[in-house]
Amino acid sequence: MKKQSIVTAIAAALVALAILSIAAQWTPQTAVAGSAAKGDVARGAYLVKVMVCNDCHTPWVMGPRGPEPDMKRELSGHPQDLTMPPAPALGEGPWVWAGAGTNTAFAGPWGVSFTANLTPDSETGLGKWTEETFIQAMRTGRHEGQGRPILPPMPWPWFGQASDEDLKAIFAYLQTLPPIKNRVPQPIEPAEAH
Amino acid sequence: MSTRHYENPSATTAMLAGLAALLVFAALGAALKADLGSGAPAARAAQPQAAAALIDTAQAGLPRRLSETGLYAAAGGIEPRNAPFSPQYPLWTDGAAKRRWIYLPPGSSIDVSDVDVWRFPIGTKLWKEFAWGGRKVETRLLWHTESGWRFATYLWTADQRDALLAPAEGMAGVLALAGGKQVSIPSRMDCLSCHAAAPAVVMGFGALQLSDDRDPLAPHAEPLPAGALTLRALVAADRFSPPRPELVERPPRIQASDPAARAAIGYLSTNCGACHNSTGPLARLGFDLLHKVAGEGWAPEPALRTTLNAPTRYAVPGIPADSTRFVAAGEPARSALLYRMASRRPAAQMPPLGTVVTDSAAVDLVQRWISELGGEAASPQAGEWAHR
Repeated sequence: MKKQSIVTAIAAALVALAILSIAAQWTPQTAVAGSAAKGDVARGAYLVKVMVCNDCHTPWVMGPRGPEPDMKRELSGHPQDLTMPPAPALGEGPWVWAGAGTNTAFAGPWGVSFTANLTPDSETGLGKWTEETFIQAMRTGRHEGQGRPILPPMPWPWFGQASDEDLKAIFAYLQTLPPIKNRVPQPIEPAEAH
Repeated sequence: MSTRHYENPSATTAMLAGLAALLVFAALGAALKADLGSGAPAARAAQPQAAAALIDTAQAGLPRRLSETGLYAAAGGIEPRNAPFSPQYPLWTDGAAKRRWIYLPPGSSIDVSDVDVWRFPIGTKLWKEFAWGGRKVETRLLWHTESGWRFATYLWTADQRDALLAPAEGMAGVLALAGGKQVSIPSRMDCLSCHAAAPAVVMGFGALQLSDDRDPLAPHAEPLPAGALTLRALVAADRFSPPRPELVERPPRIQASDPAARAAIGYLSTNCGACHNSTGPLARLGFDLLHKVAGEGWAPEPALRTTLNAPTRYAVPGIPADSTRFVAAGEPARSALLYRMASRRPAAQMPPLGTVVTDSAAVDLVQRWISELGGEAASPQAGEWAHR
């Protein structure tokens, strides 16, 4: 009988070991993406605050004291369920662009642009971006760092002049935000905007 | 619980053997950890040349005049040490007439251990001249120096006697084309957009581009200039290390169902594959249009494997939401690739830089190719990686 208990104990230990070693190899999806953000998160939080990213990348709503950013949807961009009607035709003259009340959609000569989801959601946000992609996007004004131009009114020409350390800090802070699944619509071309 | 089972030694042995096998598999899984369960493209494990190759982005220290770069002979004409070449699938650049030359240091060889990522010796120079209507406008230089690959471009003077180094930020509107379009000199960042995203910094001088089996339907195919380097000439001159006689015995060629498909895939490899490949910054988008010579004869063509009926976030105007595909087999109207390559709106056009006039001949070819595609089922990879 004792021999059987020892065998059972060894068998149980081997099973436990096998399960543990297999379980140890499953790494969470977010840990594997490109080069991890290495910047100063505290500085990034400060920069995001003073560079007013929330003004456009967080939808504004009417609060008890007037318009305010809805921080429950912090930096998640234009709400996917807010379908915009055709942009107003402003005609000739100095009034050349219009913005949504949420401050997340802008219509002008470029068509209609929507503010991006900057949270680290892997499907709809920056979850799979690398630090390099973010810096490249800010420096070149290109979508994903090398594609189509980032549209107005995103002031990337100014932000792109920030130092490497500051851009890394911003990216590092963005990657700490709660991921919010919000699929911002693609920009609308001028001919289809009106 | 009955103990009779445990009194049977062969059953115990079998159970322990099974557990041992389980542990072996777990250990194997640990060894393959990079690929297990991560969902990231295998591309992350690759070492593209652009990441490994040094790039020196400095403007300072570049020759200020094209005549100082070694392209021309003192007595006039092209220096004979510089050999002409012509890629079989040229990049579309708004109809420019282009001439290209390469200087390889005497006695040096090109490292072709990776047949798709050639590594050139220090001292290599490549020039590409752009002309419209007989007038030279720009000559670009790629130069492999000790400090890395250097990028320079030169703007020709009106008297056509020399060309001057352009500023790092490029120059807008140096030549007017028909229809009010303007040709511009790219910035160095623009150069890097493609050349640093491709696996090999040098894109027009490689195994597919210099194959002696040239595609007669390649859009804007250029006749080979006299004395042009092809794979045959490079093998004969013993310029490859290791030697690759197979590049002459079995010249690289895109295998496709028909000649139009071959030409379309070749065109897309050149014009799109610099960014849309499996190793660069956009690898996670999942669209790979870059042909791999190493895969010929056994691997599915990446363009077909990753784009047919693949979902894309891009919405073609006028097409119902969510029904746009990167390439919708048999349905050009639903194919984002075709829509974007036909557009020259800055926010829509593909490629996103380097061209201001639509390549109508290529649009016709790609439209024909898409129309004739069968209803291949979406590949397993299509849509697997969410992308923005």
